[in-house]
Amino acid sequence: MNRGSAGPGRTTRPVRHKDLPAALYGIRHHGPGSARSVRAALAAQRPDVVLIEGPPEADELTPLAADPQMRPPVALLGCVPGEPEKAAFWPFAVFSPEWQAIRYALDADVPVRFCDLPAAHQLALGGRKEQRPGADPVSELAAAAGYDDPERWWEDVVEHVPGTAVFDALAEAISILRAAPGAGADAGEEAGSRDAVREAHMRKVLRRTVRDGFERIAVVCGAWHVPALRDLPPAAADDRLLRGLPKVKATLTWVPWTYGRLSCASGYGAGIRSPGWYDHLFSCAGQPVERWLARAAAVLRDEGIPASSAHVIESVRLAGALAALRGRPLAGLEEVTEAARSVLCEGSDLLTALIQRQLVVGERLGAVPPATPMVPLQRDLQDQQRRLKLRPEAEPRDYDLDLRKPNDLARSHLLHRLIMLGVPWGAPRRSQTRNIGTFRETWQLTWRPELDLALIEASMWGSTVTAAAVARARSAASGAAGLGQLTALTERCLLADLGEALPEVLAAVRDRAALEGDVTHLMAALPALVRAARYGDVRGTDPARLGEVAAEMITRICAGLPVALTSLDETAEQAMRERIDAVHSATGLLAHGASRGRWLDTLGRLAPRCPPLIAGRLTRLLLDAGRITADDAGIRMSLALSAAAPAHAAAGWAEGFLAGSGLLLVHDGALLALADGWLAGLSADAFTAVLPALRRTFGGFTPPERRAIGQQAARLDGTGRRPAATAPAGDDLDADRAALAVRAVASILGWPAAVAS
Amino acid sequence: MTTVTAEHPGAVLRPHAEQEHRCELAALAAADDRPRPPGWRLSPWAVTTYLLGGTAADGTLITPKYVGSRRLVEVAVATLATDRALLLLGVPGTAKTWLSEHLAAAVSGDSTLMVQGTAGTAEEAVRYGWNYARLIAEGPSRDALVPSPVMRAMAGGQIARVEELTRMPSDVQDALITILSEKTLPVPELGTELQAVRGFNVIATANDRDRGVNDLSSALRRRFNTVVLPVAASAEQEVDIVTRRVAQLGRSIGLPDTPPGAEEIMRVVTVFRELRQGVTGDGRAKVKSPSGTLSTAEAISVVTSGLALAAHFGDGVLRPADVAGGITGAVVQDPVSDRVVWQEYLETVVRERDEWSDFYRACRDVAG
Repeated sequence: MNRGSAGPGRTTRPVRHKDLPAALYGIRHHGPGSARSVRAALAAQRPDVVLIEGPPEADELTPLAADPQMRPPVALLGCVPGEPEKAAFWPFAVFSPEWQAIRYALDADVPVRFCDLPAAHQLALGGRKEQRPGADPVSELAAAAGYDDPERWWEDVVEHVPGTAVFDALAEAISILRAAPGAGADAGEEAGSRDAVREAHMRKVLRRTVRDGFERIAVVCGAWHVPALRDLPPAAADDRLLRGLPKVKATLTWVPWTYGRLSCASGYGAGIRSPGWYDHLFSCAGQPVERWLARAAAVLRDEGIPASSAHVIESVRLAGALAALRGRPLAGLEEVTEAARSVLCEGSDLLTALIQRQLVVGERLGAVPPATPMVPLQRDLQDQQRRLKLRPEAEPRDYDLDLRKPNDLARSHLLHRLIMLGVPWGAPRRSQTRNIGTFRETWQLTWRPELDLALIEASMWGSTVTAAAVARARSAASGAAGLGQLTALTERCLLADLGEALPEVLAAVRDRAALEGDVTHLMAALPALVRAARYGDVRGTDPARLGEVAAEMITRICAGLPVALTSLDETAEQAMRERIDAVHSATGLLAHGASRGRWLDTLGRLAPRCPPLIAGRLTRLLLDAGRITADDAGIRMSLALSAAAPAHAAAGWAEGFLAGSGLLLVHDGALLALADGWLAGLSADAFTAVLPALRRTFGGFTPPERRAIGQQAARLDGTGRRPAATAPAGDDLDADRAALAVRAVASILGWPAAVAS
Repeated sequence: MTTVTAEHPGAVLRPHAEQEHRCELAALAAADDRPRPPGWRLSPWAVTTYLLGGTAADGTLITPKYVGSRRLVEVAVATLATDRALLLLGVPGTAKTWLSEHLAAAVSGDSTLMVQGTAGTAEEAVRYGWNYARLIAEGPSRDALVPSPVMRAMAGGQIARVEELTRMPSDVQDALITILSEKTLPVPELGTELQAVRGFNVIATANDRDRGVNDLSSALRRRFNTVVLPVAASAEQEVDIVTRRVAQLGRSIGLPDTPPGAEEIMRVVTVFRELRQGVTGDGRAKVKSPSGTLSTAEAISVVTSGLALAAHFGDGVLRPADVAGGITGAVVQDPVSDRVVWQEYLETVVRERDEWSDFYRACRDVAG
């Protein structure tokens, strides 16, 4: 193989028109093979101008490509100010032939012109490019030759054509493809179709370039378009096609791109699945298979999986044998992947996926120099800052927002969206944002210079703050590691009013919840979700699906809770008690009758057979929820505190039962008498042993509660029986005066007057 | 060694692959002009055609032996061609043994050099044993040595098959290490060794999800290229396999003629597939997977025992109640974690399907 080594003695026979001083290089977008061929062909042809398929508005942006701080992958972003949905990206990787052509021209100091239809028209025509059968003509030709990877076909067939006659041969093949009935030829000729218009514009630019007096023109464009540029018919027909096209005001700039997003390119139809492999093919200096498999072994070793040189040798041999069996001159991505799976990964799908993620896609973030024109995201932020009267200032400044005022609400949304985008302009003070039921938020705003850079980086997600934040949230949902992160993300989506991203985020929550093996994770994640479901409407968002997902999670928690309650030590018991409390209040908050009932049923089943601390807690929750009567609770308490029960178990039960509020003891004399009887019956040693638990329990009550309990307890005799003569409650009640108070409370709660009376 | 052959070839209960497909192999060999690795009866291309089906040059129709991914077969054949040992992994019922038998038949024309791995397999089955009468009478000699199938494959340059490699005790497995890396078998008692003839190779099959297996040592694992065979691709394919096997089994154990309720089989296969793949059939929701294998073979046994219940104790028709017990037993292998999985599946998936309400009730009755 002599890829990329076009010596000076090599002859170039690109497609030439007899009186057209232009060489046409039909390429495959993002094809490393094409990139090498183009680079070699340009070096041999030494053109005095290079025309490239791309929006002409970007002509003045090309010099930036030579800036040392410009690192591909980058993309040209074209958008219409004020219309975020009208945006298009033209991504370039280092192995894109267009990028290599730009770099060649800049290095050789010859002008570069983009010749595609202007972005102003493309954006006005709207939508994605129409899908034509020849969207990726190289794929078509490759499929016709029985290949499923076009880059493989290019390598096997095109690269092995001696010299750079490649472009001739390819143009011939494309001509036949275009002429084939139903294969885009009709569509291409049909007046007004996108391709016809684009090619008309390419010819127009070509004519103008010829008129400008250039003598050695190089045209780098998608292979599909080459036959249309071979002849220049009279300009009138093209002018007719181009006349009256809709037009918008479009602006262009460079933005950083990633390999992961090369596959969803919106500018070119040619999305690619293996940018990392293409990068490797383009940049490695020979022996691509050996180097690739050695890198794969290194990836595995980094993860602590033994992968020796012997493994690499055997994978190289297998890849070679597979290529021979399939009749291919050199092993390609398919063969090396299968060899790596079979030898290096020992058949494991997990390890194969690791290689796929780290090498084949190979996440890499590009960079653009600071001199790049302002990205639309920055402009959008400026507009919003002006509208919402928030000035970016280097000095920290506090803002107190009242979310009932539209302007303050919009400010809050903006700040939350920026945080989502990794641009932390505002910092929420005193973590009040956790409580999204409130109407107040306090922020401290500081604009630091690095936020500008963060904003440029964030511009790959979209051209307005809202659109970008939605895209970022969606991507975060697919990449989140744990369920807790996902439910927190749900909450953040609500805070930032990103309703559009919610369906994806919730779908991810559902999937994770279904696979979550540890019920405690589910329990920890539920409250945030329920808060979001309950308070979403306070903030004017519609969390219709949230409730369903939360209810489903409660079902899963109910199924898994019994197992989670076995074999807990003391610390784990405490943690579990807190989680149960949190889930319990979440089920109450959700106001979903069926799942509340399911939860209480589960608690009722579990209460008699779990560790004492939790048993006490469950009994209390059931009592508060009205599932058991005070008499039942008394029976259970007496059972748990009976003399035969170990002192520490009884103390645990009491702690669980009483924790949080002592009012129960104040108002229920029977329970207080039971507790009193139990305490009085303890031996001195046992009392010392349970004292810490008692202090924990009673220490948590408010001072007035403690005082009231003390006053009540003073009247007890320690036998566990209620004092004989307690004054019946309600004797001295003045019904008329009480009714006034009840009515006032009812109207505060918004109950109808009838209930109050 | 002499083979006890039946008087009439047609009377053999199950002919070997190379006997059954003698004509196909001959037709392929006659027209095969591609280079053959040393010791191979066919070229790698012809072996691939034999396995995946096609037409030989003289028009002989080659039936497909393995229905599935072409890539897997190519990787397997290329592995053997590069002189590396091949390990076929997969859950029960994924045609591992079937593929290994046909590969051996096509490559070396003999699929009988086979060692069956069990907990009781001794080292003699992999290396060699002794004819003790002769050993005592004549002393140690080559004639007193009883070669294993592996040793005979080494001597003849053929493919040796090791079935259920992970069921063998670990020390017996490791006897393969020298054979695979040095391609020799030392015989210290005679002070000699046997060097493998070109064409020798080993195909092993192993079950990676079953219980009671001895994991391969990494030293041995390194010497194999691994090909993982997937389970049946579609529900229809799996229902078809289950239906046919259930009918065969039912005949052989003499069950009264019970109509195998197609609906119940579909349901059992659906439950097995959903739990195995961790996603519901409509692709809308994920479910947890239990610790058990839930192979097609287990689905077959659930349906068969359900049929037995229906025939002997029920009304002769396969009802949800007949399979509920079997399916719960197959899913809940680990009494703690699998029970949670099964409960969740019942409550979030089965309960939501209206036409499955009788099945849901039956399973709830079993779960208690």
